[in-house]
Amino acid sequence: MSISCNLDGKVALVTGATSGFGQHFARTLAASGATVAITGRRGDRLDELQAEIEGKGGRALGIVMDVMDPASIRNAVDVAETELGAINVLVNNAGISRERLIVDVTEEDYDAVLDTNLKGPYILAQEVGRRMIERGEGGNIINIASMMAYRPYRGLSAYGMSKAGMVAMTRCMALEWARYNININTLCPGYVETDMNSEYFHSEKGLKVVNSFPGKALGKLDDLNGILLLLASDSAEFMTGSTIEIDGGQPL
Amino acid sequence: MSFTCDLSGEVALVTGASSGFGRHFALTLAANGAAIAAAGRSRDRLSELVQEIESQGGRAVPVAMDVTDPESVRAGFEVAEIELGPVSVVVNNAGVATVHMVADATEADYDRILDTNAKGVFLVAQEAGKHMIKRGHKSGRIINVASISAFKAARQVSTYCMSKAAVTSLTRTLALEWAPYGINVNALCPGVIMTEMTQAFYNTPHGKDVIKRWPRQRISDPSSLDGVLLLLASPDASSFMTGSMIVVDDGQTL
Repeated sequence: MSISCNLDGKVALVTGATSGFGQHFARTLAASGATVAITGRRGDRLDELQAEIEGKGGRALGIVMDVMDPASIRNAVDVAETELGAINVLVNNAGISRERLIVDVTEEDYDAVLDTNLKGPYILAQEVGRRMIERGEGGNIINIASMMAYRPYRGLSAYGMSKAGMVAMTRCMALEWARYNININTLCPGYVETDMNSEYFHSEKGLKVVNSFPGKALGKLDDLNGILLLLASDSAEFMTGSTIEIDGGQPL
Repeated sequence: MSFTCDLSGEVALVTGASSGFGRHFALTLAANGAAIAAAGRSRDRLSELVQEIESQGGRAVPVAMDVTDPESVRAGFEVAEIELGPVSVVVNNAGVATVHMVADATEADYDRILDTNAKGVFLVAQEAGKHMIKRGHKSGRIINVASISAFKAARQVSTYCMSKAAVTSLTRTLALEWAPYGINVNALCPGVIMTEMTQAFYNTPHGKDVIKRWPRQRISDPSSLDGVLLLLASPDASSFMTGSMIVVDDGQTL
């Protein structure tokens, strides 16, 4: 790729690093020199990713964290800072979706989606933000939302609400923390091919969806590297509170 | 900068390159390897810029272009492509501003702002797209320079705000129409940045009061846009970004 980014000396914490986006973000940040705290619920997956990053000469530490549990969040941040040093970059990535029409959504569905996608990121950013403020060295927080934050999709009401909430959360935190040189931005990706959705997007129904996009294509995980690295670096010093769409024009 | 981008082999046409943002964008793209077609009306200033780029080891040509005149835009692209080869990156930057309350604006004020900032951007993008579509198979990158004024009301700059909102609308439509050709069209929306155009006001006591109302109580220079500019100009690092509005305002609109 034409870009290069030097994150030597930075410590990044990535949530939902056991699969998909989070796993990819952890690899990308580590490959640019950051030390990465990789968090998620499945310890075995974290161990595998840690070994993989270390095998490539990077530095990583797997820490089990459940973003539905505030105590688990605070503990993980504690462990990360004790073991790796002060967190400079937070990638609030963990998220779930439950595809169901509004009439069929249960209260449990609603709570699971909103707690994982919105409350968890809020508590985590709050915990990391407090520490960044106390140290006075600033920091970068990247919240991973979705194009569903600003466009409705059938069956994804709670998901869309949680991601719209995340955009508002980002702007509020950016406002309150601007004076502490903490930059907080939201990435809103479109459909990107991952292990989890690859089968669907190669099915007849999935291909129909892909062909309905203006560019007739899904994103690739590598397509997110540039903006991720920019927002994690000092080169985005004057970007805060921004909502960045990266969707290949899919919602147009 | 910790984030950089290799633009070797790219040819970038920058409009409004004789001053302010445009001049800075041309220098930044050139420093990262792109050959520059520096387009604008002021021949002397363009020649100076070209000399500066060449003295730093870069490659550039001056291109006389009035973005409000379709014939001048067409001829400018022709010169750029003859001299440097196919244009792969366009920074649609030329813009003008004026200050007047809506009640006091003349039709001439309105026409001057909208003709340059909206119609000019349209004409340049249209010409760029024609060339890029005809060639096919090569990524094209069009970066329209809008502003946070596209989203936020401000006194005395109604026509400027309207023109920039028009640019964001055009950006989305171009992204939609040209997605099949691999042409990505995005809008860069800077906040208030210190340039020749803004310094007269922001150096006054009133201007300094305005700066104090922003979350960070500071004003940056055009280099604060470098990272996003390079990302959007890159042939491979922003492949999945099109139709996006990217705000770089240090939190001014929060």
